[in-house]
Amino acid sequence: MPSFGDAPLLEVHGLSKRFPGVAALRNVSLTLQRSEVLAVIGENGAGKSTLMKILAGVQTPDAGEIRLNGQTVRIDSVHTAEKLGIALIHQELNLADNLTVAANVFLGREPLRFGLIDTKRMERETLPLLAQVGLDCSPATLVQDLSLGCQQMVEIAKALSVGARVLIMDEPTSSLSQHETDQLYAVVKDLRQRGVSIVYISHRLGEVTELADRVVVLRDGQNAGELSRVEITHEAMIRLMVGRDLSQLYQRPSHTLGEPLLEAYKLRTQANPRHALSLAVRAGEIVGIAGLVGAGRTDLLRALFGIDRALGGTIRVEGKKVELSGPHDAIEAGMALVPEDRKQQGLVLGMTVRPNLSLASLLRDSSRGLLNHAVENEITATMIRDLNIRTPGPEQTAQFLSGGNQQKIVLGKWLAMKPRILLLDEPTRGIDVGAKQEIYRLLDNLAAQGVAILFVSSEMEEIIRLADRAIVMHEGRITGELDRAACSEEAIMRLATGNL
Amino acid sequence: MKKILGILGLLIFVCSLTAIINPNFLGATNLFNTLRWTSLFGIISIGVAFVIITGGIDLSVGSTIGLVGTTLAYLLTVRHVSTPLAILIVLGLSLLIGLFHGLLITKVKLQPFIVTLCGLLLYRGAARFISNDQSLGFGSAFAGLRELAIGKVPIIGSVTLPLPLLIMTGIGIIAAVFLHRTIYGRYLLAIGRNETAVRFSGIRTDRIVILAYVVCSLLAGFGGILFALDVNSVQPSGLGEAYELYAIAGAVLGGCSLRGGEGSITGVIIGAAVLRVLYNAINILGIPTMLEYSIIGFVLLAGAIADEVVKRYAAKRKAARELLADDSVRSDEASA
Ligand SMILES: Nc1ncnc2c1ncn2[C@@H]1O[C@H](COP(=O)(O)OP(=O)(O)OP(=O)(O)O)[C@@H](O)[C@H]1O
Ligand SMILES: [Mg+2]
Repeated sequence: MPSFGDAPLLEVHGLSKRFPGVAALRNVSLTLQRSEVLAVIGENGAGKSTLMKILAGVQTPDAGEIRLNGQTVRIDSVHTAEKLGIALIHQELNLADNLTVAANVFLGREPLRFGLIDTKRMERETLPLLAQVGLDCSPATLVQDLSLGCQQMVEIAKALSVGARVLIMDEPTSSLSQHETDQLYAVVKDLRQRGVSIVYISHRLGEVTELADRVVVLRDGQNAGELSRVEITHEAMIRLMVGRDLSQLYQRPSHTLGEPLLEAYKLRTQANPRHALSLAVRAGEIVGIAGLVGAGRTDLLRALFGIDRALGGTIRVEGKKVELSGPHDAIEAGMALVPEDRKQQGLVLGMTVRPNLSLASLLRDSSRGLLNHAVENEITATMIRDLNIRTPGPEQTAQFLSGGNQQKIVLGKWLAMKPRILLLDEPTRGIDVGAKQEIYRLLDNLAAQGVAILFVSSEMEEIIRLADRAIVMHEGRITGELDRAACSEEAIMRLATGNL
Repeated sequence: MKKILGILGLLIFVCSLTAIINPNFLGATNLFNTLRWTSLFGIISIGVAFVIITGGIDLSVGSTIGLVGTTLAYLLTVRHVSTPLAILIVLGLSLLIGLFHGLLITKVKLQPFIVTLCGLLLYRGAARFISNDQSLGFGSAFAGLRELAIGKVPIIGSVTLPLPLLIMTGIGIIAAVFLHRTIYGRYLLAIGRNETAVRFSGIRTDRIVILAYVVCSLLAGFGGILFALDVNSVQPSGLGEAYELYAIAGAVLGGCSLRGGEGSITGVIIGAAVLRVLYNAINILGIPTMLEYSIIGFVLLAGAIADEVVKRYAAKRKAARELLADDSVRSDEASA
C-alpha cells in the first residue's frame, strides 16, 4: 500500500446533509489519524449517527468532501465503504439472529465449494476473528443464543473480517453490562494497537475519558469544538455539547415515603421459575434493580406488568391482590412500563410522533370511543416541551428521529398516562447527559407526588444517583438490597456477581 | 390524501377515455349499472380493507359470498323460512365465519393467509353441498327483497341512483368515522405497523384484530346477499368466485398497504370503482373479455409503480427545495 506521509487516514470537509425539515449536518469537518480512538459526542439529534452513516455509505451527503489517505473518495454504498476499509456498527445491532456466528461474519461473502457454502471453512476462518475480539464461543452457535454483548463482538468480528481500517461504533455500550463493557474496552484498545482507527460514539462520558485519544463535539449538526487527550474532562465535554455549563449533576433529595403501592410476593417468572422473588415499592419511593445483563431483571418487570404470566406468587397493588392476564390489566391497576426495546416494544415506528405519544392514553381521554384531538395535541405539545424532544414537529414519522429522541417518546408516552406505579427498563438508554438530568428531575417530581417507581438500569451511576434503594439480582434471584447509604459500585458489583 | 388524489385521477382518466371512445358509456342504464356494481364491490372491499390494515389478509371473501348467497336461496326457496329470519341467519353465519377466522389467528396464532385460504376451500365446498350443486332461483316471489340490490332511488327529476350506492355510502361513512375518528380505528392502524408496541400499551390487540375479521366477513356476507339478489338466482360453484381478488385489488389500489397500517375508506371505494369501470370498458369497447384479468393486473401493477415513483420524486424535490432555502438563509446571514 502506498504511503502518503503525514496525511491523516480519514478527512472530512464541509459535509452537509439535510432531511425534510431538519439540517442534520451543516458544514461538518473531522479528521481521523491512524491508530487513534476518536470519540464523537453531542446531544441527541446533534447529527452523530448521520455523519457515521455517511462515512459508511448508508446515506449520501448533499455536499462535502471525504478523503482517505489524502485522496478524495466517493462513498456511495456500503459496499464501497467496505472496500475502502470503513465499517460501521450501528446503534441497533444488525445481525441475522437465526443464523450462526460464522454465517453472520461471512454474510454476503460466503466461501463456496462446488457452488455450495463451505461451512467448514467458514467456521475455521471465523475462529481467529473470534479470538481477536475475545469471544469464547463456537462459530456454529446461533446468534440468537448469545447475549447482546457477545452479539456486539460478532459485529466487530464481522467488520474485522472485511479488513476494516476504520471501525465506527455508534453507542456500542448502550445495551451492555458492566462486564461486557470492560471487555469491549479491552478489544478497542487491542485494535488500536494493531493499527485500526476507531470512531466511537457514546453518551457515557466516563467511557470517553477512558478510551478516547481525542474528542470531537457536534452541536445542532455543526462542529462545536475538539478536545485533545489532556483536555478531556467531563466539564469540558459538557460545556461543548450543551453550549453552557451544566449546573451540577442531578442529586436526588431524599423525601418521605408512603404506603407500599406495589408488592410482589414469591413471584416466579417464566424465565427463572426456580427462584421466588419478593419486593415492595412504596409511594414516593424510587427503587432501582441492578444486576448483570441476563440476571432476570427484565423478566421480573414483564411479569409485574402482565406481559408474561407469572407461574406463581402474588402481586398486590395498594394492598389489593391483582390478577394480570396482560398489560391491559396492569394499566387498569395504575401501572405503566417503559419497555426495554424501543423499536420493537415501545414505538410504532411508521407512525408520527403525535399518535405514538398518545397511544397509551387514548382510552382514558376518549368519551364513547371517539378520539379526543384537543387532549391528544396537548399531550404531544407538553411532552415535546418537557422532554425536549428534537423533532421538526408532531407530524414527523418516529422512524426518522435520532435514537435518543425516540427513547424520549417512549418515556413521554408513559408519563402522559400519569401512572401511580411506574416501571422502567433501561429508561435512559441512548439519552444524552443533559437530557438525562432532566429525566431524573422528572422522575423525582413524580415520586414527590407519590408515584412508586421501579427501574432497571445497567448503569450503576444511575442506580446510585436516582434510587432510594437498590435491589440487586444475579442469575434469576434477588441477592440483596442496598439502602442509599450502602449503595456503592463495589457493593452492587459484589451482589451482582453472586459473591455474597 | 395524495394517494386518494392519484387514484381519483386514474378513475377520471379511465372514465374519460372510455367515454370518448364509446359515448354509450355515459348512457343512463350503463352508468346506473356500473354504479350499482361499484357499490356491491365497494362494500366487500371496505371489509377486506379492515383486515389488510391490521397487516392480515382475507382470501375467503368470495367463498363467503357463495356460501351466504346459497344458504339464503336455500332457506328462502327450499326451506321457506321467512325473509327476515333467513337474512338474520345468513348474517349470523358470516359473523361466525369472521369470529372463527379471528380466533384462529389471534388465539391459535395461525397465519391469516392459511386460515382464510382454508376458509376459501371450506365454504365453497359447503355451498355446493347444501345445494347439491344445483342452481337455485329466487323466481318472482322475492321481488320486494330484490329491490335491495337493484332498487332505484329517485333523486331529482328523472335522475335515479341505485339503492346499493346509498347503502355503500352509509357503510363507507360509518367505516371512515370508525377508522379515523375513534380510538379503535387508531389502534387498528397502529396494530398493522407494530402489534407488540400496541399490546405493550395496554390495548387488547386480539380483540381489535378479531373485530377486523368479523367486519370483513360480515360485509362479505352482506355483499353475498346483494350479489345473489342481483342475479336473482344462485350458482353455488360460481357465485362470488374470485371476488376476494377484486376486493383485495380494490383495497390495494385505493391505498391500503399489504404490510398493514395504511389505508382510507374513500380510497378503497374509488379503487373498487376503477376496477368496475375497467370491466365495463372492456365490455363496451369490444375488447376481448379473455383479457379482463390481464388488464386489471396491468393497471394494478402500473398503479403500484406510479405510486413508488411519485413518492421518490416528491421526496427528492422536497429535499432539494429545502437545501435551496437553507442556502439562502446562510447567505443572508453572511451579508448581514
Ligand atoms: N432518515 C431521516 N429522515 C429525516 N430526518 C432524519 C433522518 N435521519 C436523521 N434525521 C434527523 O437528523 C438529525 C440528526 O440525527 P442523528 O441520528 O444523526 O442524531 P444523533 O446525534 O445520532 O442523536 P442520538 O444521540 O439521539 O442518537 C435529527 O434531528 C434526526 O431527526
Ligand atoms: Mg445516534
